[in-house]
Amino acid sequence: MSTGDTFNDIVRRFRDVAPAADFWSLRVVEERDDHLAVRRGVVQPPRTGLDLGVMVTVCADGGTGYAGTCDVTTSGLARAVAEALDWARCSAGRSVVDPRLVPRDPVRGAYASRVTEPWEGTSLRDKVDVLRAQCERLKCDDRIVDWSAALWRTTTISLLVTSTGSEIEQSFDVLLPMLSVTAAAGSESQTRSLGDHAGRQGGLEVMAAVGFTTAAPRLAAEALELLSAPDCPEGTMDLLLAPDQMVLQVHESIGHPLELDRILGDERNYAGTSFVTPDMFGTYRYGSELLNVTFDPTRAAEIASYAYDDEGTRAERTHLIRDGILLRPLGGALSQARSGLAGVANARAASWNRPPIDRMANLNLEPGTSSLHDMIRAVERGVYMETNCSWSIDDSRNKFQFGCERGRVIENGELKTVVKKPNYRGVSASFWRSLAMVGAPDTVETLGTAFCGKGEPNQVIRVGHAVPPCLFRGVEVFGGA
Amino acid sequence: MLDDLRTSFENLAAATQSRLRGGESFELNLHAEDSEFVRLNRGAVRQAGSVVQRTLSLDLAEGRRHAAGTLTLSGDPAADLERVAALVTELRAQRAELPEDPWLLAPDRPESSERVVASVLPDRDEVLDRLGDAGKARDLVGLYASGPVVHAFASSRGQRNWFVCPSFNLDWSFHLEADRAVKASYAGTRWDGTAFADRLERAAGELELLARPTRDLPPGRYAIHLAPDAVAELMGLLSWGGFGLRALRTRTSPLLRMADGNETFHESVTLVEDTAGGMAPDFQEQGFRRPACVPLIESGRYRASLVSPRSAVEFAAETNGATSQEMPLSLDLAAGDVAANDALARLGTGIHVSNLHYLNYSDRIRCRATGMTRFACFAVEGGRLVAPIGVLRFDDTLFRMLGSNLIGLTRERETILDPGTYGGRSVGSMRVPGALVDDVAFTL
Repeated sequence: MSTGDTFNDIVRRFRDVAPAADFWSLRVVEERDDHLAVRRGVVQPPRTGLDLGVMVTVCADGGTGYAGTCDVTTSGLARAVAEALDWARCSAGRSVVDPRLVPRDPVRGAYASRVTEPWEGTSLRDKVDVLRAQCERLKCDDRIVDWSAALWRTTTISLLVTSTGSEIEQSFDVLLPMLSVTAAAGSESQTRSLGDHAGRQGGLEVMAAVGFTTAAPRLAAEALELLSAPDCPEGTMDLLLAPDQMVLQVHESIGHPLELDRILGDERNYAGTSFVTPDMFGTYRYGSELLNVTFDPTRAAEIASYAYDDEGTRAERTHLIRDGILLRPLGGALSQARSGLAGVANARAASWNRPPIDRMANLNLEPGTSSLHDMIRAVERGVYMETNCSWSIDDSRNKFQFGCERGRVIENGELKTVVKKPNYRGVSASFWRSLAMVGAPDTVETLGTAFCGKGEPNQVIRVGHAVPPCLFRGVEVFGGA
Repeated sequence: MLDDLRTSFENLAAATQSRLRGGESFELNLHAEDSEFVRLNRGAVRQAGSVVQRTLSLDLAEGRRHAAGTLTLSGDPAADLERVAALVTELRAQRAELPEDPWLLAPDRPESSERVVASVLPDRDEVLDRLGDAGKARDLVGLYASGPVVHAFASSRGQRNWFVCPSFNLDWSFHLEADRAVKASYAGTRWDGTAFADRLERAAGELELLARPTRDLPPGRYAIHLAPDAVAELMGLLSWGGFGLRALRTRTSPLLRMADGNETFHESVTLVEDTAGGMAPDFQEQGFRRPACVPLIESGRYRASLVSPRSAVEFAAETNGATSQEMPLSLDLAAGDVAANDALARLGTGIHVSNLHYLNYSDRIRCRATGMTRFACFAVEGGRLVAPIGVLRFDDTLFRMLGSNLIGLTRERETILDPGTYGGRSVGSMRVPGALVDDVAFTL
């Protein structure tokens, strides 16, 4: 399936109707996605999507307007230009920021995900057979009541063209493999999953890389084991978080609070504000000296890698927190102009129908020097928690409570009983200062989420987190009801 | 826009019909919107623009083998026909590699329908003038969204359903400092400048109370008054797997213990999926009609689940026109007998919770939930609001909060139109009262 329209055709038609204005940009986005799933042994109807549209942005007379449209005919593009111009007129003199303050240097470049095994290189039947095989391995016991295996593939191509001569074409191939298994007995049920955090850029090779093809027997056995496990103990104790929980911890209590548009107040009506204030950058101790966090869109396999953001700023690896000290926010060119703070290239849009806002892209916790074994041995009394299943945090991104699918008690340096419903709570501003050990490079897992929601109008976007396991001291831990 | 769109949809349905081979059938869904968005921060425009989007979904079947695809329409009739033709070809190729789908279900008899909601929407200059005035002396943050939303269905058996709802939704907050703010909304299908001014004034009045010194309450157990917006957040959490048959039968529903007869809510809790009273279309994506009303919880007891066509086959039940997510779109919580004006007096001492934020389950299968207070929440003493409070985390089971610890629901209810815009503008709504709840656990 194809839209039949090339990007060059659309750009040529747009140039015929482009406005005489201080600045304009055209962002063309085409996304192809395929979703395959087998649930309870039944092949679900495959879903294919092909989405094509453009976002026109116009700056005129101190105002900015946008118009997103799927109507890419000449008349549709002309209407979009007229709409964007009218919104620029309407917002002139009423805007938060004068768009003329934003640098618009011409940039030309390209990016493409590295793909080893293309989606199209394997037949639909063979891909479905892979899912069926994993599904069968999940259904290993009568107490397994729900089980599924799924693949969600997207290929996104975007082209940004501006009146100042920028032209950036980027292509992203992403695969998100998913496994989930629920066991039930009496009034108890327990779910284990690969999480929704195993997505990466690449092709079908991602399946093996994230353990999709080997995890099913372990997940099913663990779900069954949890049915008869005791509840997680309650009390203040050490907490060792596996990478598939660290991904959420970093995302919610470092990523979101560092978003500069939140700090500037844009999100106060919806996603929330931040406990971080502009005066903290450069001096604030965010965490212990072991805490090093980077914005890094350069890691090839990570789900939100790119070369340029959606405003055309070149993306580079940048430390946001070094040795525990907060250095720089997650803010794109516009937010930087508004705040006077140095930021990163993270102005991103969910698709052609939404304007860019500050997002995380890849936000990674840099590895330390400890092995997992070292960290377990360093705990006298604590819990090891795996795979996020519950997340809640206040609108300043400070008071949080997170829950995991599986826990294991640690006593005197050894892993002991498996426990169910492990939860913990804390406060971001103090939690990261209790970071006591960080996993070495060989413990880092490249994870992320395809479902980060934010913005008005709402936008859901992919963000990556490469994270090691980490040990925290003195955390409030508890179990189920 | 709408006449052209309907003609275009009919033409695409006819073209798809003409391409069918013997034994083939199709279902076609159109989701379209022409939206205006004005995002505001500090009383000024942060982003303003329009979005035109038309998404066509095709499910092509031959017997029990089928595959589905979605594409955006370009606006060029010839190009769109080509796109649909290409999609038909691709879905046929996919179908050839697939087994039969045992959970496929289509309506027994086609039921066509049409609903076009009458509306009066303001023009953008008027809205910007009004918002500019409202934000002049106040820190106003939020989103104005407006325009028509279209949902349409067509099938090879001649069924046609057409739903158009032009609406506006101004979802905003007035901020004093940091996270101290009053949340408000003005939404509907008929813009009324006077009503909007009243709503602004009411929110501004509430802001004055927030200027008092904040009181940080320690964790503990408190009696609370939940405003309707806060109740809606609880209902939103319950809707996440609580009312669907699939979650129930796969033992993941937070209301599993209630459906098994081991738990109840308070007898004043009656919940229905009120399609007749909501803003959502009365048909779902396979063309099944959604009944005017589906009772879900009656007098505190589990009554019925939302059943999608696929779940109906999978679990040998009757479908009641639920969407594939099996989530309510027009949830209605019955009114109680507490006069809203008396609610704080009935509370005496405790916390007034205007809004809740970021809810999730801390023990899903026991229906234990956690979340944060947000916006204009106050300590209550002697039946009066005495001081704004710092944010608090609750963590308690909804079987207690809506069951043994529920003091009562208010007589007055509010209709809340979902301001959600993920992918497209929501047509969901809720009608809920306020609630008085005793002995709620706050932990952080």
